[in-house]
Amino acid sequence: MNETQTFQLDGEDIPFAPGQSIMQAATAHGAYIPHLCWHPDFAAHGSCKLCTVKVNGRFGSSCTMAAQAGMSVENRTAELDDKRRTLLQMLFVEGNHFCPSCEKSGNCALQATAYELKMMSPHFDMFYPDRPVDASHPDVLLDFNRCIMCSLCVTASAEVDGKNIFYMGGRGLLGRRVHVSSESGRLGDTNFALSDRAASICPVGVILPKRRGFAVPIGERKYDKAPISAQVKERV
Amino acid sequence: MTTAMNAPVNLAAPPPRKLRVATTSLAGCFGCHMSLLDIDERILTLLDLVEFDRSPITDIKHCGPCDLGIIEGGLCNAENVHVLREFRNHCKIILALGACAINGGLPAQRNHLDLRDVLEEVYQTEVGLSHGGIPNDPELPLPLNKVHPIHEVVKVDYFLPGCPPPADAIWKLLTDLLAGRTPTLGHGLMHYD
Repeated sequence: MNETQTFQLDGEDIPFAPGQSIMQAATAHGAYIPHLCWHPDFAAHGSCKLCTVKVNGRFGSSCTMAAQAGMSVENRTAELDDKRRTLLQMLFVEGNHFCPSCEKSGNCALQATAYELKMMSPHFDMFYPDRPVDASHPDVLLDFNRCIMCSLCVTASAEVDGKNIFYMGGRGLLGRRVHVSSESGRLGDTNFALSDRAASICPVGVILPKRRGFAVPIGERKYDKAPISAQVKERV
Repeated sequence: MTTAMNAPVNLAAPPPRKLRVATTSLAGCFGCHMSLLDIDERILTLLDLVEFDRSPITDIKHCGPCDLGIIEGGLCNAENVHVLREFRNHCKIILALGACAINGGLPAQRNHLDLRDVLEEVYQTEVGLSHGGIPNDPELPLPLNKVHPIHEVVKVDYFLPGCPPPADAIWKLLTDLLAGRTPTLGHGLMHYD
């Protein structure tokens, strides 16, 4: 008989199957570990570092680290949440994240995570990078101002849609963002379709359908109803 | 018959000094001040606890020594910076109220444009305008090259996000501060939009 293996997440026993990451096991159990670039449908990317936990006293990315029996994992401690908040603040000042005018507001994982971690201000000086939008596609608008470089659209387009429309590119703090792989660099010159998996994967407001504006009233949007930490299972 | 001699003596402590509060709207739309007024009849309770110094509500022009300075809006011109520094010099606590004070907000949408291009388009080249030339009256404060949030210029003690922050969030923050607690907002009061 194979006894269920468990590890401890903030003192709670979390069961896991061999091969699962700490993040996968915690999510399946309904426990929230803050994250942005991880998505249950895809292999871990391990780039946002928001899911950093302390495993037996050492820092590690919970999305890439395999769960092992008897691990003691710290997750929502003040120390870790302080570091996560700083990572969020850096993301907010490196892009142009103006929630009042963003169609994704209320349904945005970046915003909801910032609420969860009680981010009251950007803390750092703003960069205000100059990133033009791409409205060349008939059905989809790209607003690069909000890109957090999670690369979920890159993965979805390559692995699910088989189109390889997006890639991470550019150099430097302000140049690096998602790009479009057509020769012109414009989405309108690709075979991207609104029905693509990549069209609905963006956790923030970069990839948006056209002709749909603020359809859900304030108060009824995804994260108006409950904080992101209370919607772990819904996101799977 | 009651005389002054045997009148009951009030041994209770005198009522606490009212805290002085100053408010201003810099590069903002006064929406945050409207949201402050949206606390409705609770403003009567507030007025038992605080008195307003410089504020659009009192029309006092300069800030005296205050306990709390509430700043709406970011910094888009030299006068905004001047007023902000006056507040910081006179207020023990500075509160950044609303999206524009915190990250520049809507006025900061001009930050990726060249200021001269913006002024020329608005005052000279735009069809249907009077083409009177870019205003250059010495009374007018000079615009900053970019719009900035207030924490880039002075130390800010508390931030209350929202566009505008809900009246209940303003009330929660003010009552927490007045009671000497660290302000906290639960889910539903914290909004960036």
